[in-house]
Amino acid sequence: MEFIDYYKILGISKDASEEDVKKAYRKLARKLHPDLNPNDKEAQKKFQQINEANEVISDQEKRKKYDQYGKDWQHADQFEQQRKSQQASRQSGQHFSGDDGDFSSFFESMFGGSGRSSQTKFRGQDYNAELKLNLTDALQTHQQTLTVNGKNIRITIPAGIENGQVIKLKGYGAPGINGGPAGDLYISFSIAPHPLYKRSGNDLYTTTAIDLYTALLGGETTIDTLNGKVKLTVKAETQNGTKIRLKGKGFPVYKKEGEAGDLYITYEIKLPSNLTEQQKALFTELSKLK
Amino acid sequence: MRTEDMIPAETFCIHHNIEMAFIYSLKKSGLVEIAVIEEKTFVPLSQLPQLEKVVRLYHEMDINLEGIETISYLLQRMNEMQQKIIQLSNRLSIYENE
Repeated sequence: MEFIDYYKILGISKDASEEDVKKAYRKLARKLHPDLNPNDKEAQKKFQQINEANEVISDQEKRKKYDQYGKDWQHADQFEQQRKSQQASRQSGQHFSGDDGDFSSFFESMFGGSGRSSQTKFRGQDYNAELKLNLTDALQTHQQTLTVNGKNIRITIPAGIENGQVIKLKGYGAPGINGGPAGDLYISFSIAPHPLYKRSGNDLYTTTAIDLYTALLGGETTIDTLNGKVKLTVKAETQNGTKIRLKGKGFPVYKKEGEAGDLYITYEIKLPSNLTEQQKALFTELSKLK
Repeated sequence: MRTEDMIPAETFCIHHNIEMAFIYSLKKSGLVEIAVIEEKTFVPLSQLPQLEKVVRLYHEMDINLEGIETISYLLQRMNEMQQKIIQLSNRLSIYENE
């Protein structure tokens, strides 16, 4: 447990007045408050520190204790005594930041938990969670069980969900206070890139190799799509980089059953290597005909 | 809207230690929606997060109503831009590692 200098966090001197503390807190809160920095984890983390510092320094009793024992907190047996007595009156105050661990273990060792009795909110806090999926997971509507704060929640993930998309589960946040409604759970989806397929909206893009002879003379090639194998007819004299579109073979459209984007395939023509003498001779002959 | 989907504004004010006049001024500036049923003022549950946010901005950060209006507008724009960035990043990933 590291000693945390609350004065430094608030950018004030040890003899700062109550008014100075308030001003310093408000100034930093205006910059780093989660309400003003949605989805910014770094700002949220910093704000928690500021909040914790303010919780202590703005409270005369806590500030006195902090000033007295702060530096020697590791050896202060008295803290334990204080902690036990504080625990008895601990209240589970709610906060808006959404993550657990609003207070450092340093704070808890000194003051015994959040103790935010004066800032009780009516509605429960919102939770934020990130769910990692593979591209293939997002192909079909499926269910997943998440554990949020020790509670198992089974959710249905609709096919076609996008990377970065956020869904709200109403009432799955922290419980409300004094009969108030529970907060919401926001799940942000992070979809890992696929080694062969790239996605843009509902369309998929991939590259497939065809040999020189098929490209020149035409023929057939079979490719593996995310939905299974597809046989393609390659036109004669297909150029390298030719792009073809397979309508409806792309990604399913979010919450529109039966609809899908398109699959774009780019042909990459592989030139033969390790030519035999006969092949070389034939290519030479060909080159003379051009 | 059913009254079960709302909480009395008075209850909200008591919990947050704010005046009813504050709620009315928020309504006037278009920052929150309230409902009046049989002369009683209610806050729809869907408006609670927004209302609580405004209360925090007002009390904890000492920002006045004009400031909150500006912030709300900018946050909305920021949110739209963040969505746009996500969409563009997703599209850009097609051309990465090519």
